Amino acid sequence: MTEQAHRSLQSERPFSAKRFFLQWEWMLAIIFIVVNMANASLSPNYLVFDSIMSAIQMFCDKAILVFPMMLVILLGDIDISVASIMALSAVSMGVSFNAGLPIGAAILVAILVGGACGLANGLLLIKFKELSSMVVTLVGQIVFRGIASIILQDQAAGGFPSWFQYLGWGYVGKIPFILLIVIAEAIVFGFVIHFTRFGRSVYAIGNNETAARYSGIKTKSVRLLAFVIMGLFSGVAAIFLASKMGSVRPSVAKGYEMDVIAMVVLGGVSNNGGKGRVMGVVIATFIVGLLRYGLGIVNVPSQTIMIIVGALLIIAVIIPNLKSSLSGFRMFKKIAGKGQ
Amino acid sequence: MPEFILELKSIDKAFPGVKALDNVGFQLKKGEIHALMGENGAGKSTFIKIITGVHEPDAGEIILDGSPVRFRTPKDAQKQAIAAIYQHGAIYPWLSVTENIFMGHEEVAGPLKTIKWKAMHSKAEELLRGLGSDLDPRIEVSGLTVAEQQVVEIAKAISQNARILVMDEPTASLSRRECDELYRIAEKLRDDGVSIIFISHRMEDMQRLASRVTVFRDGKLIGTWGVGDISNHDLISAMVGREINQIYPARNRAIGEEVFRAQGLSRKGFFKDISFKLHKGEILGFSGLVGAGRTDVMQSIFGVEPLDSGKMFLEGKEVQVRKPLDAMKLGIGLLPEDRHKQGLVLDWEIFKNITLSDLGQFAKYSVMKPKKERAKAKALGELLALKAPTVFDKASSMSGGNQQKIVICKLLNTDLKVLILDEPTKGVDVGVKSQLYEIISDLAGQGYGVILISSDMPEILGMCDRIATMREGRITGEFIGSEATQEQLLQASMSQAGGAYEKVLN
Repeated sequence: MTEQAHRSLQSERPFSAKRFFLQWEWMLAIIFIVVNMANASLSPNYLVFDSIMSAIQMFCDKAILVFPMMLVILLGDIDISVASIMALSAVSMGVSFNAGLPIGAAILVAILVGGACGLANGLLLIKFKELSSMVVTLVGQIVFRGIASIILQDQAAGGFPSWFQYLGWGYVGKIPFILLIVIAEAIVFGFVIHFTRFGRSVYAIGNNETAARYSGIKTKSVRLLAFVIMGLFSGVAAIFLASKMGSVRPSVAKGYEMDVIAMVVLGGVSNNGGKGRVMGVVIATFIVGLLRYGLGIVNVPSQTIMIIVGALLIIAVIIPNLKSSLSGFRMFKKIAGKGQ
Repeated sequence: MPEFILELKSIDKAFPGVKALDNVGFQLKKGEIHALMGENGAGKSTFIKIITGVHEPDAGEIILDGSPVRFRTPKDAQKQAIAAIYQHGAIYPWLSVTENIFMGHEEVAGPLKTIKWKAMHSKAEELLRGLGSDLDPRIEVSGLTVAEQQVVEIAKAISQNARILVMDEPTASLSRRECDELYRIAEKLRDDGVSIIFISHRMEDMQRLASRVTVFRDGKLIGTWGVGDISNHDLISAMVGREINQIYPARNRAIGEEVFRAQGLSRKGFFKDISFKLHKGEILGFSGLVGAGRTDVMQSIFGVEPLDSGKMFLEGKEVQVRKPLDAMKLGIGLLPEDRHKQGLVLDWEIFKNITLSDLGQFAKYSVMKPKKERAKAKALGELLALKAPTVFDKASSMSGGNQQKIVICKLLNTDLKVLILDEPTKGVDVGVKSQLYEIISDLAGQGYGVILISSDMPEILGMCDRIATMREGRITGEFIGSEATQEQLLQASMSQAGGAYEKVLN
């Protein structure tokens, strides 16, 4: 029985504790607990429900960008123009509202402008295969914020109706409204990425674009769609940011892309594409967000926080590859030894 | 003074699973042009890599100028004034001619090792003029033709005072006129005392240039002759040599009506005027040397690469293919040449690889049904006797033969009429090979039209009902599988086409 069964191409496999516990998400869970313990020891009031909720509310506008960014990075691409898209979307919304558009229409303008920016990025990418997403979105980063500056100079736009600030500051019961949005988004993206045909295509392209194309996957359409989704959600994030800040300027959201990319990569999404799960990204989002909050409590300057997040990222990338790095080192020693 | 400048004695070299060279000997006289010939996979490339220090032999001796030497790295061989130029020309396309020539041995001055540009440019110019070339040494190499790039590589070899020059299929992508120019340069070098090993698939190269010719086959030395002492026919027999084993299934399929027809397919720079017909239940072989354009034709039919002109008909109706998805929807499937890069997602489970070719049938409202996927993967895998414990095993953990079976399962997962198999048995060991032959033959028996590209001539002869030969992007001959001989195929793959071949494929 044994040999025969062993070779008979089983379509079910038994549960393996080793496989279950060797998942990156467990490591993230430990880091998450450590960060929370550190925060609690720094601020005695931290572990109160209300204060945790307000801490979470602080980074939820970034969290909106994390899931579409995950989609883009899973494809093996990157989008560093998201903060500039947010700026342009926010400015477009502010200006069109001040020009007399009703607030609902202005919100729609923000989303559409974001989508258009994403479409521009995506079209450039798929039409010119010489261009990498790094280059295209670097240009986007400069151009989109540039347009925002041309529209508004260094003025601010705003004066939104008072209910508008509910989006960024409001609560449903004891839970921030924006957190509910992020949770809903995480569930939808988790479903799309892990359980749909589109999600499977994304992983195929990220792992081996050539093989995906030979298998009849519409690689161009999938990449284009991912960048459009990224743009649309940048527009959505811009609305919540505008609500939080009360007014908009061309300089809003500067540096957001770095935090967002850090959250995704720390979450276990390979920057080469094709690897990573939504659950890891969710935990990593809370790690980076709460770490920033905790360090803010003890007045660590923003730049130093970035250094700490950066260090965390490097550790996160090294640990899963520790085995191969070490064997590479051994091989190096062997070659060096042979040469003498 | 020894008679031979370079002598190799009983060289052995094995790679995992393959004996690339088996007790091979070779002698190169001073100032001669020595042709090295053999089929694809005969061991020529490995042999050259041993001479140029890329590989170290497992056993045997290399004797240079009468004294034994050992090359551990390419640098060692370079120091002994052995240089090589390759079919594809320059190595640093974005640098200038001068930089390419002097790469690694630039002329420098002062403590900061500043590069002496003026001196290098004028020396480069001198070298090029010496070869009868009027190239400007300041221009970027990427803008040059392949022939001009080869001249640059030759100049580089001379600048290092090469005594032995290996030319690996230098004429493969040159025009007639460029070949003549290359012959002239090679003869000039020979007259200056350089010894040249010239690898080529072309009879005319050998006849025009070489004084002696050595033939390899299956990693063994077959013989060395004076060029005047051996006829073309005997030379081809020496290259082919072996008998077809009885590992091929019998050809007793019923061949049905036409399923696919190509008419005048052309892609500039790759292939021209390709026309053929394929019938249901038929295996049509495409034979030819590596680089003859067989893969390019199939990639254009499958929509990976564009077509410049020509028409395709599926079951008599004209069809358009712009991307692989179009081809697959029509029922044309391709098993690509490089299964790692083009065929598989190595990091994925077997079942995900198999179902990737048509996700639609496993999705309801675009939501995947993994149970259904795994069941289908299991069924297809069992059909082909895929050896794996579960369908969850990673493709990367499978042997070459089983990986190829996964790719075939991928094709069978879709609804196809035409199967294009590009080198399906490459890198597969003999036991699985005969299983694959059985599978391919069965598929044809089920009514698929099968196109089989293979560089393995016994395989083509043993499997195919009809065989087309290609050379330099054109079809040069058509044969009945059961009647053709290796000599005929090789002749048609190597001869100058010259437009003499009339299309008789039907």
